[in-house]
Amino acid sequence: MPVQYISGFTVVLEVLSRFWPVWIALVIVMGASFAYKKKLALYGQLFDSGVGIVGVGICLFWLFTAIFAATISPFDPLAQIPIMKDVLPGAVEPQSGLTYLFGGDKLARDVFSRMVYGSQIVLIIAPAATGFALMVGITLGLPAGYYGGKIDTVLSFLANLVLAFPVILLFYLLVTPGIMDTPIPYGMAGVFFLFPIIFFSVLFWTRYKNRPDRLYILLGITLILGGWIYLGLVFDADPLKIVHIDPNQLNIFVAVVFASSPGVFRIVRGLVMDIKTRDYVAAAQTRGESPWYIMLWEILPNARGPLIVDACLRIGYTTILLGTLGYFGLGLAPESPDWGTAIKDASRLLRSFIHPALPPTIALMSFVLGLNLLADSLREQSMKD
Amino acid sequence: MLSFVIRRLGTMALTMLCLTMVVFFLINLEPNLKKLAISQTEMHTSAEQLESWLVNHGYRQNFFVRYGQWLGVVPKQPVTDPATGKPAQRFSFCNDPLVPTFAGVFQGDFGCSTKFKATVASKLFPALGATGILMFWVLVVMVPISLLIGILAGMREGSRTDRVLSVASIASTATPEYVSGVIFTVIFASWLGWLNGSAASASQGITFYNFTLPVMTLAIYGIGYIARMTRASMVEVMTQQYIRTARLKGLSFGSVVVKHALRNALIAPFTVIMLQFPWLLTGVVIVEVMFRYQGFGYTLVEAAGNNDIDLLLGCSLVSVFIVLITQLISDVGYAFLNPRIRVQ
Repeated sequence: MPVQYISGFTVVLEVLSRFWPVWIALVIVMGASFAYKKKLALYGQLFDSGVGIVGVGICLFWLFTAIFAATISPFDPLAQIPIMKDVLPGAVEPQSGLTYLFGGDKLARDVFSRMVYGSQIVLIIAPAATGFALMVGITLGLPAGYYGGKIDTVLSFLANLVLAFPVILLFYLLVTPGIMDTPIPYGMAGVFFLFPIIFFSVLFWTRYKNRPDRLYILLGITLILGGWIYLGLVFDADPLKIVHIDPNQLNIFVAVVFASSPGVFRIVRGLVMDIKTRDYVAAAQTRGESPWYIMLWEILPNARGPLIVDACLRIGYTTILLGTLGYFGLGLAPESPDWGTAIKDASRLLRSFIHPALPPTIALMSFVLGLNLLADSLREQSMKD
Repeated sequence: MLSFVIRRLGTMALTMLCLTMVVFFLINLEPNLKKLAISQTEMHTSAEQLESWLVNHGYRQNFFVRYGQWLGVVPKQPVTDPATGKPAQRFSFCNDPLVPTFAGVFQGDFGCSTKFKATVASKLFPALGATGILMFWVLVVMVPISLLIGILAGMREGSRTDRVLSVASIASTATPEYVSGVIFTVIFASWLGWLNGSAASASQGITFYNFTLPVMTLAIYGIGYIARMTRASMVEVMTQQYIRTARLKGLSFGSVVVKHALRNALIAPFTVIMLQFPWLLTGVVIVEVMFRYQGFGYTLVEAAGNNDIDLLLGCSLVSVFIVLITQLISDVGYAFLNPRIRVQ
């Protein structure tokens, strides 16, 4: 039975209508942000420039796509329907009557659904890994910049060691199937995932030392919540079986955090060295505040502008890294729908079929572009103050 | 200045020592050795045979002894042939010595590639040469274009040219090599048919037809970044007092830009371009794999994929060296270009 095709114009219309939950959510969020932009501080100022609006729009688009992936995509991203092998965009699947909007790949899977589901993987791992890298970089960068001396020398040397590693080599060594048989990824995860717990504990301790009523509640929440997630992620021993991560995803996660935290460390260290000469730091020192209080409650809030900009750029860079990992077939499962793996599979067959290659490339590019535009307009806005 | 360079070289040596040790440790993890033994012996070998292969080829010696042998501070022992009891070569294709000798990196011996059945040096250096050619053309394309974009954008901050060029450079930094490579191949090789989608034939001779796509792909990611740095530097210079003085003297805008602004604006991009090398290294790996160009990146992937211990160590040594030496050059060069910087 020959496969029926619908016209190009209908494909465009159907793609647009497939994204209906995203459009609704976008209109609501963007409209609300626009209406209340005066009250939203830095986020609200983004809506003053065209670049900012476009950046926020693209990022939100992919965020909502990831959230509503199950509703948007017509097919299961892993399902193979043999008759649809390598079909061109707009082919109608005879049984369900639904369309392979962007065609089928060499394993007869729907390219459109895979692109939509690919956003989930990227939008979970990239921001989370960046968050952990920020925690590690901040917790180590603050004392290095504030105290200087031996701590700084040792930590900077270690950071430079990691930075001198070409990223690709690091991944070839750290993200291999073999390494999951060794305790190395779990050991690294054990160390990295401790940092957020340490960070928040110290944060609350320094602030509410003399107010036990607040302190015990906040510390308790941190330790219970942090310990729960820690158990689930590192030992896969979550008693409630909610927090769970596949070993290969843990491996990628750890490698990405390892590769990007020295960059954060360097930025934080530089910022601290600059800010610690300010008068308000001297005032806090004269008041007799403890060093960690000064670092966390005087210096860090004043370093937030450049850190937010860096975090945006870093999420984009992490997305590119994840794509690189997928492109080299490292870590992620071969059938995983993430964009890097899809680009790898499609680029091998570029001579015969080009349609499976374009959706994941354009998706990845647009998401990173959105983040970069967002970072650029954030930087411009924070420079105005 | 001299003592600064010497101190930096010392740190560099220490960094390389630490890094090669880490790489050595990671490559020699048990699962990797198992994989190597399986790939080097016949099919269906028993666990004992795999183990004896590892012992026979010296992979079961103490970690530090083996690292010392690789470095060349501990003599390399020939292996004993279990059948005859006489000393034998570890790998016959590399001409390993039959008597204990110091043969490591310090002596210029990078060891033996198990994948290509040749010495590492005979594999690595031609590949580096090929990548050098690629890098040369990438720099020839990337540097002038990005500087031009940066200067044009930064000349008049906030103008229409500035905004268009800035968005274009942001877009280019959002395009990693595996994305631009696919898009360029689709446009120029599949649709238009102007260029070759594979650079495999470039090893025999470089032509515009087979080499443009890899160079373009590799250059596009860096262009945006360098252009943005140049723009920032140019914007800063254009607000300086001496630029205003020159304008008020009655000089034309063009000659102020060329004679007064350019020299000072180009100091920062120099550092950025030097620090771009480590980034280019990742790009090189992607581009060489994508366009099947037999250079350094291709060798690295082959070595890593086949767990070729000595070759991968050689590759890491080279790449770490490149990263560190470009950092040193950028620091020293910065001090030379900008007399206000003093190194102690």
